[in-house]
Amino acid sequence: MYRSHVLICGGTGCTSSGSAAIEKALVSEIEKNGLKEEVQVVKTGCFGLCALGPIMIVYPEGTFYSMVKVEDIPEIVEEHLLKGRVVTRLVYQETVTDNGIKSLQDTAFYKKQNRVALRNCGVINPENIDEYIGEGGYQALAKVLTEMSPDDVIQTILDSGLRGRGGGGFPTGMKWKLARNIVKDADQKYVCCNADEGDPGAFMDRSVLEGDPHVVLEAMAIAGYAIGATQGYIYVRAEYPIAVERLEIAIKQAREYGLLGNNIFGTDFSFDIGLRLGAGAFVCGEETALMTSIEGNRGEPRPRPPFPAEKGLFQKPTILNNVETYANIPQIILNGSDWFASMGTEKSKGTKVFALGGKIHNTGLVEVPMGTTLRTVIEEIGGGIPNGKKFKAAQTGGPSGGCIPAEHMDIPIDYDNLISIGSMMGSGGLIVMDEDNCMVDIAKFFLEFTVDESCGKCTPCRIGTKRMYEMLDKITRGQGTLEDIDKLEELCYYIKQNSLCGLGQTAPNPVLSTLRYFRDEYVAHVVDKKCPAGVCKHLLSFEIDPEKCKGCTLCSRVCPAGAISGAVKTPHVIDKDKCLKCGACIEKCKFGAISKK
Amino acid sequence: MKIEELNAIRDKMKNQVTLRAEDPDSTKVLVAMGTCGIAAGARDVLTAFADGVAENNIEKVMVSQTGCIGNCQLEPIVEILEKGKDKVTYVNMNADKAKEVIEKHLIGGQVVSEYTI
Repeated sequence: MYRSHVLICGGTGCTSSGSAAIEKALVSEIEKNGLKEEVQVVKTGCFGLCALGPIMIVYPEGTFYSMVKVEDIPEIVEEHLLKGRVVTRLVYQETVTDNGIKSLQDTAFYKKQNRVALRNCGVINPENIDEYIGEGGYQALAKVLTEMSPDDVIQTILDSGLRGRGGGGFPTGMKWKLARNIVKDADQKYVCCNADEGDPGAFMDRSVLEGDPHVVLEAMAIAGYAIGATQGYIYVRAEYPIAVERLEIAIKQAREYGLLGNNIFGTDFSFDIGLRLGAGAFVCGEETALMTSIEGNRGEPRPRPPFPAEKGLFQKPTILNNVETYANIPQIILNGSDWFASMGTEKSKGTKVFALGGKIHNTGLVEVPMGTTLRTVIEEIGGGIPNGKKFKAAQTGGPSGGCIPAEHMDIPIDYDNLISIGSMMGSGGLIVMDEDNCMVDIAKFFLEFTVDESCGKCTPCRIGTKRMYEMLDKITRGQGTLEDIDKLEELCYYIKQNSLCGLGQTAPNPVLSTLRYFRDEYVAHVVDKKCPAGVCKHLLSFEIDPEKCKGCTLCSRVCPAGAISGAVKTPHVIDKDKCLKCGACIEKCKFGAISKK
Repeated sequence: MKIEELNAIRDKMKNQVTLRAEDPDSTKVLVAMGTCGIAAGARDVLTAFADGVAENNIEKVMVSQTGCIGNCQLEPIVEILEKGKDKVTYVNMNADKAKEVIEKHLIGGQVVSEYTI
């Protein structure tokens, strides 16, 4: 019997900051101290506080060590695991109080969270099916197969109010109902999982797959029973190697236990799941393109109708849900639809996972009830903006979404509210921007992404987004006119209305929402030829204040273009023709004599 | 797999995973593991408690260590903190005494006063 468990985060964030080496050091150090029989090392999924990685938690005390280094391991093992003395120096400082260490659940980051989809992430070892079962795993599948009819299952999901977490927000139960009833005599139906998470800055689905892969398998089997399918496919991007590996292990273990395969729990229900790896095309996150890709064809969307519920994968009735949507299903079955519907707002039930990124202290993964305000997420859970800067806007929904400006920080986040202010829930990427971000530049960044990722099948998206990008580029170079802004806006509406799939239909959103809230910044670029945030290089001019310059020569030595000249102890001058506007001089100047305007 | 087998795995794993749930209501068994405690044999006491709690399937009990309490001549020392009750301090412990404390105190609810300070 192990008296203590040491959990190390094995998610992508902590793995990239070296958690694998820490795990190795920990195992060998524990062995050296003769604690092998007493202390178990468990590699888990993401804890959420990625900014503090690599992360390690020691139970039963629940001590939270952050930014652990390999060199710290001998001290932690000898002091904490052997002698029971917490190494306070290495503990997440927010948990350190005058009366000892407080629980992680009481920190600002975790206190306001409510983990449903992420409930097992950072708690169980995702490569051990027994740990999932120990947390009540596969009980929901057992319940539906032995106690519920397929119609009961669908009604429960409908009553729960669960809506698709991939971004669209379509009621999940409705999707299942259509797939069950629309074609009566189908010889085969399919259950697909969209794990092709492609929005820049989004990593919610990756964390669920890495931290709790069995929940997706269990939910897909439940969906298969509900709609009458025996085969499922998970379409996951190849850029998620850890997620792919853990899914493979999970599928293998589930098959060995007979939780996938023929006659599950001795009933006449059979279900199996195959993995399909995406090759990195953003458009394959669109449902029809995704299914085309599973079929072995080039990932391009096709017109709807027919909708997948009628003619989907291999022309058979198909449902396609996102990873996070599935992660809610077993809990809804076990706890009932009323439990789920008690969380959230009137039309958006349950919780939502957000990947917090950008200009924020606690970069990471948070799950909050629908209806939580952006202010709570950013200021309380996220810990606010670093360096005392001012919040400007948050971008949700990636390249398909828009920005939420400071004036809307107090509206409750749910599907309908976000659409009403010109953004969208999206899959849950939340990028925080401060006063140093130029909104025209942000719009240009997303358009550049869309131009790259447009599959090229339809003209409005293929050519329209390219023209939009060119106009934005012209504006950021200071060559735009007010007429360009109007044309840009007109083109946005044209692309929205005429594109074939969701990629094109939503591609103009970043431009439309920045135009809506930050039109003055566009105008400043065009009329004043200035970038108010100081980002667009072509509109910047670097100058040395002769009053402040001491002539130390440091700037002229770091300038890669040789644009700065001047004698020692006399004020220096920047040659504006040679200047690359890289900012190296500003960083080095000790006297604050160089400014960009 | 049958549902009974699934439940058997769940119950077997329950002790494992509940160790990771911080429950403020749980009873804490703290074994003093300073240098003095270790020298006096606290390690055996600690494992005896950990194994005993697991073998008897005692719920809501957490076995952990603490540092030197100051009474080094009375080591190994074990403190039991139960919610809403006074702290009980056992001294001069060994593995056999630990088993007795598990049976009488943790399961039976009776303080084994002959081993207390």
